[in-house]
Amino acid sequence: MEALVADKEEITWHLACRVDDVPTDGGACVLINGHQIAIFHFARRGEWYATDNECPHRQQMALSRGMIGSQNDEPKVACPFHKKTFSLRNGQCLNDDGYQITTFPVKVTDGNVYIGVE
Amino acid sequence: MNTDKMMRVVVVGNGMVGYKFCEKLVTKQKNGLRFTLTVFGEEPRVAYDRVHLSAYFDGKTADDLTLAPESWYAENGIALYLTDPVVDIDRERKEVRSHHGVVVPYDYLILATGSGAFVPPVDGVEKDGVFVYRTIEDLDFIQSYAKKARNGPASRGAVMGGGLLGLEAAKALLDLGLEEAHVIEFASRLMPRQIDDAGSGILQRQLESLGLQIHLNKNTRQITGEDTINGIQFTDGSALDVDMLIISAGIRPRDELAKLAGLTTHPRGGIVVDQFLQTSDPAVFAIGECAVVHHMIYGLVAPGYEMAEVVASRLMGDDKEFKPYDMSTKLKLIGTDVGSFGDPFVSEPACRTITYENKAKGVYKRINISPDGKELLGGILVGDAGQYNMLLQTCKNKTILPPDPEDLILGSRGGEEAGAGVMGLPDDALICSCEAITKSQLCHEIGENGHTTIDSLKKATKACTGCGGCTPLVKDLIQGVLKQQGHYVRNVLCEHLDYTRQELLDLVKINRLTTYNDVLDQFGKGDGCEVCKPAVASILASLWNENILEKGRATIQDSNDRFLANIQKGGTYSVVPRIPGGEITPDKLIVIGQVAKKYGLYTKITGGQRIDLFGAHVGDLPLIWEELIDAGFESGHAYGKSLRTVKSCVGSTWCRFGVQDSVSFAIEVEDRYKGIRSPHKIKSGVSGCIRECAEAQSKDFGIIATEKGWNLYVGGNGGSKPQHAQLLASDIDKETCLQYIDRFLMFYIKTADPLTRTATWMNKMEGGLTYLKAVVVDDVLGIADELEREMQLLIDTFKCEWKEVIDNPELRKRFTHFVNVPEQKDPTVVFETMRDQKRAKEWR
Repeated sequence: MEALVADKEEITWHLACRVDDVPTDGGACVLINGHQIAIFHFARRGEWYATDNECPHRQQMALSRGMIGSQNDEPKVACPFHKKTFSLRNGQCLNDDGYQITTFPVKVTDGNVYIGVE
Repeated sequence: MNTDKMMRVVVVGNGMVGYKFCEKLVTKQKNGLRFTLTVFGEEPRVAYDRVHLSAYFDGKTADDLTLAPESWYAENGIALYLTDPVVDIDRERKEVRSHHGVVVPYDYLILATGSGAFVPPVDGVEKDGVFVYRTIEDLDFIQSYAKKARNGPASRGAVMGGGLLGLEAAKALLDLGLEEAHVIEFASRLMPRQIDDAGSGILQRQLESLGLQIHLNKNTRQITGEDTINGIQFTDGSALDVDMLIISAGIRPRDELAKLAGLTTHPRGGIVVDQFLQTSDPAVFAIGECAVVHHMIYGLVAPGYEMAEVVASRLMGDDKEFKPYDMSTKLKLIGTDVGSFGDPFVSEPACRTITYENKAKGVYKRINISPDGKELLGGILVGDAGQYNMLLQTCKNKTILPPDPEDLILGSRGGEEAGAGVMGLPDDALICSCEAITKSQLCHEIGENGHTTIDSLKKATKACTGCGGCTPLVKDLIQGVLKQQGHYVRNVLCEHLDYTRQELLDLVKINRLTTYNDVLDQFGKGDGCEVCKPAVASILASLWNENILEKGRATIQDSNDRFLANIQKGGTYSVVPRIPGGEITPDKLIVIGQVAKKYGLYTKITGGQRIDLFGAHVGDLPLIWEELIDAGFESGHAYGKSLRTVKSCVGSTWCRFGVQDSVSFAIEVEDRYKGIRSPHKIKSGVSGCIRECAEAQSKDFGIIATEKGWNLYVGGNGGSKPQHAQLLASDIDKETCLQYIDRFLMFYIKTADPLTRTATWMNKMEGGLTYLKAVVVDDVLGIADELEREMQLLIDTFKCEWKEVIDNPELRKRFTHFVNVPEQKDPTVVFETMRDQKRAKEWR
């Protein structure tokens, strides 16, 4: 990852996939420089999110296969293994304080999805 | 009692009652009343559950049967001497001496020496291969001898005694797998103390159908053989060849120590005590099966526990006495319920007797009613003791009977259970007779102290911890109290959909909705979640049976349904092709082996007679299925909340016992209901005869062949809370059987809460099996036709979802780990090797 960091404040955008590679109201996994990132197309809200693909609970590469939804108004994803749920906005685990995932900014242009890495 | 100095209590005997006394004394300990407690036991083990001894051959270990571990005694300051019986009591010096020479002084001595097996004075009882049935050691001897005998030319065992214990011992013989198992009874019927001739006849037929051979009116003259038993000769001149014999002809109170110490004993055995359980020496008490109270020996555990309670209370200064105790009993004998309560044998003109007998189903019920028709005096239940607890309470509490008392055993024809249920019982009704806990005590714990589960009630009151027979009543009581408090909560799906599953299903159906977003837009709020999405997905599939991955439905499926495979540790999937009824050709077996080798899969036979292939990368799933489908396989839906498998035994095509072709029927049933989505998974089984090798009674619906057709059972469950299925209809033909299953399944699909198995659904159903029967068999709701039509639609629209995926490029492309590098597999997947196959890497 280090090589991609141009500046501490600056975001480097990586082409991740095409819009229709990600199922509507669901997720898909992309490989960016050896890092597995889950991308979610939350079509009901017209929003895109990206997080670690790994669930920190049992270190399983599975979050992209999880169901998304909302808790109150907070967008979230549920890990398919043990249903730990994480905020898609800030990566905080919503049903177990001990866990946290990283989130990444997403940009969609001309049918292409880009992930931002600081 | 002297409150200043330490009271020294010594208990002789560490059986169930001896242990219960220690437990009672410890919990009753009061400030200022301090004591030391010493326990001597003859056996090498701490006190264990002798009532369920036969469970030892059924997979339970000695530890499972232990009442409290040795550490419990240490924690409570109890000195415990095992394998060290007391051999002498010096009543002058007030001290006991053990076999190993331990001398302990006492202020109070409690004799809980129990009983031994009564061995009648018959020639040859000393021969090898003759056993008694009392202790775990006895069972170990029997087991190792039976193993030896099985290597010999024959393996034939017999039990002498057809009473309660004798039949328990006979079960042990069956569990040991002996080829022949005989029961020899001196009287003209089985269980002569508990049930009458008609009840015994029904019981006998049930036991014979399971392979027991029953010999009544048999008086044994001698046991034959050189050093080892080879047969039994009877006084009527007949004989029986056997390799082993278990004597279970009654009990003999262990009073030899009391006799030696000069205490008064009964001429026919037993230590004579008064209503305070005090022997002829006021410092010495006797409790349990060694004691003669009110001129009798109480050979059951519940009165023994009550004796422990009385003595423990008296030592703590409370005034309590032992009253004549009810000898009602209910037990399961080799799978058959037998209950006997109050006065089972009283006959006309002292009472009016109502009997019900159904030989086909093996059910006999008798109730004895006072001549004025107001009170229940006693009764007998064989084959179905479901009403035992209610009847016992009605009898004990002298509850005024309804105008048609036959409803008590037949159930009222209005569909409701007779009487007002457990909530109608008086406050002082004894619910748990082992621990003497009343209804009002339980209601207080449930209502005031918030113990609303069986587990927490067990901790708070010890109810249900003895024989467990009161558990259903206690469950009803919890429900009843909660309902009274207005605690009934409507079981809505989640924050997004404020409907129960049943309500939502009706709405989706009426409005003909086919996508999740339509449902949420019309009836919900927010964006959904991992609870309501799969619930709606299941409803949509149950109603319309369209492919679950189309029209945006893939992302509302639970992970397994989304990838049509079961996710496993490490993120790989397992694959289960359908093998209907467990029948498979050698060619298909070879294909499974070839596919497993090609894709590097771990293979294992499942509990449902199929083959599970583990460790498949998500990207390999369509390739694997392409090959399996080419060979004629279909999806097994192991990933779905839908029909899993219909297990079968081989049935009449090969088996010498089979009465119907269970395999063909299982295949037909599996093909009929495959792929149908339901609130939870559904399992089934078909057995070709009453031996039930397919374990159909543990399934959501199970079918057992009879001479005349099929018996249909519903609502069974394995898992963490196993439950036997209940008989819905008997001796029906195949067409009727399928018709009832159609109705049953569709009624379940339409009314159950999400992720609720049929067993739980039925347990929650008001009216239970009676109501279900009324709906499914008698069609009281008039919905049978509709249910059948809806089921037929699902059957007619079945398609293999895996075939659809491999033929559809849009769906197929979703089976990949990285969407930007579809050809690459997840590099974090790691396997380890075990027994020449691979396994998932253990997670941290």
